[in-house]
Amino acid sequence: MQSSVIEMIYTHRFEVIEQWKNEMITIQENEFTKSSPQRVLTHINQEFADLIIGTLEMDEEEGRQHLRSFSERLIHSGWPLSYFTKGLQQFRRVLLSLMTTDNTIPSSKVFETFQETENWIDSIVNQMVDEYTGSWEHTLEIQKLALQELSAPLIPVFEHISVMPLIGTIDTERAKLIMENLLEGIIEHRSQVVLIDITGVPVVDTMVAHHIIQAAEAVRLVGAECILVGIRPEIAQTIVNLGIDLGKFPTKSTLRKGIESGLERTNRQIVNL
Amino acid sequence: MSVQSNVEVHSEWGIVSARQAGRNLAKELGFAGVDQARITTAISELARNIYLYAEKGEIVLEGIEGKEAGGAKRGLKIVAKDQGPGIKSIREVMEDGYTTSGGLGAGLPGVKRLMDEFDIDSVAGEGTEITTIKWLR
Repeated sequence: MQSSVIEMIYTHRFEVIEQWKNEMITIQENEFTKSSPQRVLTHINQEFADLIIGTLEMDEEEGRQHLRSFSERLIHSGWPLSYFTKGLQQFRRVLLSLMTTDNTIPSSKVFETFQETENWIDSIVNQMVDEYTGSWEHTLEIQKLALQELSAPLIPVFEHISVMPLIGTIDTERAKLIMENLLEGIIEHRSQVVLIDITGVPVVDTMVAHHIIQAAEAVRLVGAECILVGIRPEIAQTIVNLGIDLGKFPTKSTLRKGIESGLERTNRQIVNL
Repeated sequence: MSVQSNVEVHSEWGIVSARQAGRNLAKELGFAGVDQARITTAISELARNIYLYAEKGEIVLEGIEGKEAGGAKRGLKIVAKDQGPGIKSIREVMEDGYTTSGGLGAGLPGVKRLMDEFDIDSVAGEGTEITTIKWLR
């Protein structure tokens, strides 16, 4: 940036910041900022303003570093990105009004100065947006992984008997995982009976039913048996309405009944002592 | 009645949000648990068809009022719209077990059985619009 522009902004920095802070009060309609104490807001605004002005003196890399650590802290405490994008827009507006009233800038230079400030503010906006979206993507990635780990666990409850509790929506990706984990688990735990518990599956449509039927068929192929448990009454009715045939493998209403049936099939039973 | 919501379907998550919206509306209109499950399952089928065959489209949910012998009745209307390839033979897709995707082929005839009224309007190459209603009893 041209030194004359920097100088212009620098000499007027106090009035710019003052004016900007006044403007910032009007954009505090957001839930988060509303609930934060005024003291915190003033502090963040001051820090933000200092940082914006500060980037003028720093070289590019240093400015980036500062902005990054500032953004990280804000992301961590949950500040909305919109507060800062709005803030920067406001800052630009304040600067522009300053430029139009400042007579020391020759009219031939106004456009140039205008462009320089645009670029400067834009690069800050871009970096903040990048930092925020980067952090969101990272969180999303971690959640996706966590979800995947939770999505299709096979639990060996007794010798030769395993349970797969399914909770939540089943999509194609998850259906694939269910099949893989079932087959691998059966081999690993030497299961003869696997219980698939769908108590926690909100909707059983034809696709979900289709995946369950396929999984049961694959289980049969590796020499084990599949029992479907946890069919709620309303799910039973929709399955009948849809005309889905689940007659190829046994079904039980509850996990308990399923386990009893599984023990029976492996020639064991639970007795009271 | 003014309760209406549109849900865009262009990924599997669209199916989930359409379902969620349907369940909420059904609850609001006073449908019992079994009918809520029927409505959500029907929405799930329709939304999945959109995602599977047309890639994108929308599900419009609306609380409606109709007339019957005893007076006014309330219901939930689902409209599934897409600009996909359309259905070549409506008679065939309404047969149980007919499928072009390797699925169970129970989707559309299933939806018809789950709901009270069912209507398909489809032009090959232009798109499909399915309207279906469940009345509150």
